[in-house]
Amino acid sequence: MALKTEPFVLNIGPVHPSTHGVFRMRATMDGEVVLDIEPVFGYLHRGIEKLAEQRTYGGFIPLTDRLDYIASMSNNFAYVTAVEKLAGIKVPERAEYLRVIMAELQRIAAFLIAVGAFLNDCGAFFTPFIYMFREREKIVDLFEMVSGQRLTYNYMRVGGVSQDIPDEFLPALRKFLDKMPGYIDEYDRLLMQNEILLARSKGIGILTREKAINCSISGPVLRASGVEWDIRKADPYSIYDRFEFDIPTGTVGDCYDRYRVRIAEMRQSLRILEQAVAQLPSGPIRSDVPHLVRPPVGEAYTHIEAPKGELGFYLVSDNSIAPYRCHIRPPSLINLTALREMVRGWKIADAIVIFGSIDITVGEIDR
Amino acid sequence: MAIIDFVINSRVPMQALPPDWPGGFWWHWLFFTVVIIGFVLTMVMGFIYIERRGMGYMQSRLGPNRTGPFGLLQPVADALKVLLKENIVPTTADKLVHWLAPIVAFAPALMIFAVIPFQDKALLADLNIGILYIVAISSVSTVGVFMAGWGSSSKYSLLGAMRNVAAVVSYEIPLVLAVVGVVMIAGSMSLNQIVLAQNIPFILLQPLGCLLFFVAGCAEINRSPFDLMEADSEIVAGFHTEYSGMKFAMFYLVEYAEALAISAIITTLFLGGWRGPLLPPILWFVLKVVIVFFVMVWTRTTLPRVRIDQLMALAWKFLLPLALINLVITAIQVLIWPTALPWILVPVNFAIMVVLILIWSKFFKLGLGRIEV
Repeated sequence: MALKTEPFVLNIGPVHPSTHGVFRMRATMDGEVVLDIEPVFGYLHRGIEKLAEQRTYGGFIPLTDRLDYIASMSNNFAYVTAVEKLAGIKVPERAEYLRVIMAELQRIAAFLIAVGAFLNDCGAFFTPFIYMFREREKIVDLFEMVSGQRLTYNYMRVGGVSQDIPDEFLPALRKFLDKMPGYIDEYDRLLMQNEILLARSKGIGILTREKAINCSISGPVLRASGVEWDIRKADPYSIYDRFEFDIPTGTVGDCYDRYRVRIAEMRQSLRILEQAVAQLPSGPIRSDVPHLVRPPVGEAYTHIEAPKGELGFYLVSDNSIAPYRCHIRPPSLINLTALREMVRGWKIADAIVIFGSIDITVGEIDR
Repeated sequence: MAIIDFVINSRVPMQALPPDWPGGFWWHWLFFTVVIIGFVLTMVMGFIYIERRGMGYMQSRLGPNRTGPFGLLQPVADALKVLLKENIVPTTADKLVHWLAPIVAFAPALMIFAVIPFQDKALLADLNIGILYIVAISSVSTVGVFMAGWGSSSKYSLLGAMRNVAAVVSYEIPLVLAVVGVVMIAGSMSLNQIVLAQNIPFILLQPLGCLLFFVAGCAEINRSPFDLMEADSEIVAGFHTEYSGMKFAMFYLVEYAEALAISAIITTLFLGGWRGPLLPPILWFVLKVVIVFFVMVWTRTTLPRVRIDQLMALAWKFLLPLALINLVITAIQVLIWPTALPWILVPVNFAIMVVLILIWSKFFKLGLGRIEV
């Protein structure tokens, strides 16, 4: 006798342990197998793009912290470069170096969370997650030294950074740079060759090179699919053309590659940090910018390599103190477009792992 | 079967309960009922403390350390907290099934201890089918889990419960086959007799059997890395997603009582039970139980979780053949040395275990598991 079966709908989220915020997947399931998913978002919508039109150019910086709240510094960085391009402001050398140092520290901090959360989604019960938070705390301590904040740093300003680094910053950073490679080795020893992790992530959720390019994926997810595309090299902004570093890429584009690419990029960030600390010049940290910036009429788009991918800010100016229009290209949202193709036909446990390997922040998706 | 009959009949004769217990059978029954309930509840509290504190240390954090000295009263605080919580029953739930499920799940976990000797002859009932009784009783809590999954009328609960039933059905077989080796060597199914037969602890004579039993036991009681019936990151809390208050506490209790039961069974079958030098037997028993449980905590903090099809593949393609081979090897050894296995077999059996596992891991593939849709 043939059993009469029918697919059912499972609501994963918005409140669920592994949706990384308030993301919701409406999954059509056949038993354990995910037939289809429909991403639903908007639970964290705050209208940040619209709010930009009521703020001054400088006054919008704290709101950019709230986009990808795991990588606030990168958001600051992307926004201030957009304003500087719009208004034609030149940034002092020292400020550029400080920005790069902060952005790379932020990249390590964000990847620590991304990898930790991914391993947690694989079921490694919080051990790698908490190990990685241990090191992230040290980065956050560094940020606290320079900005006084531990989550929303609000550190960069149009034309520079808000304040110079205190005296104890560089020794602490030095200590971190010396210790961190050992810690990354420790993460690798813990799980890299683990049989269960390999079974759970190798060959799972493959995103082919063509599909990744077609979906306009960026960041580690794109590089894991084998595309050597990093805006720091492809379209160097700030002073990234002065540093030597490699672009780690994956071969298959599965979850394991995405995990490995992130670990490899942490090592590259450490390389950049070493060079930046060695070259750090003295001098002013902020160019002479009026309190209220009035850029000429026009528009500007800048993009940077944020931890999650290409973070772009598009600003239109009407020569007033506030942007006429601000549009944000959030990497999380664009990377999410490939999710449906990736999870179809896999089991629900795989769907969670694939979702975790894309690494999204809902604050950035909903804006 | 002839081999098993021969082995069992040629060994120590079955021994029933000592008839001269002071006060007769009912006093004995009452005394051990109280002892078992007290033992299980105390040990569960200890286990919760060991798990939370041990995991804390392994994860480079402190763990609970505020309530009482070294946080020892944390389980008490946990219990008080859940007692005061509101008991929420979903409106669409099957009320009776939802209400009964924790009880059905909890009772078997206690009943297992009826046949486990705390020291020589100190057990509620020295059944001559003790190990069969344990295997039979331990599957009953699955019914409770499935009742919880069905009665909650939540899809997460149902998914978790279905995973549990599938896992238990598959893992019973390697579990039982691993035990048969022990029964053959000891020549009895009574747990007391098995302990008495362990002049060499059976973990040394049956290393493969012990490993298989540990893995299958972990899978049966939802311990990590096989905890996908309550996989936090996938299906929230599995079968007890919709439970709160005291009923949730019952499931929490079941989880640890089952872990205690499996630890106690492993201690009895493989680690020589209450036997040991110097210390009193009951202390040896508790110490060994805690050590086995610590290994479970250890695996939980280290390993990621397997997927449901990988779980099934592990049971049928890996554990089952190895258990069968182990059975054949043990049978041959028992035929050659019918009275007692010599020490020389210890390194031999360890070597056999290593070789078998290495060979099998070459052929064994977990597979990718994608379904075309």
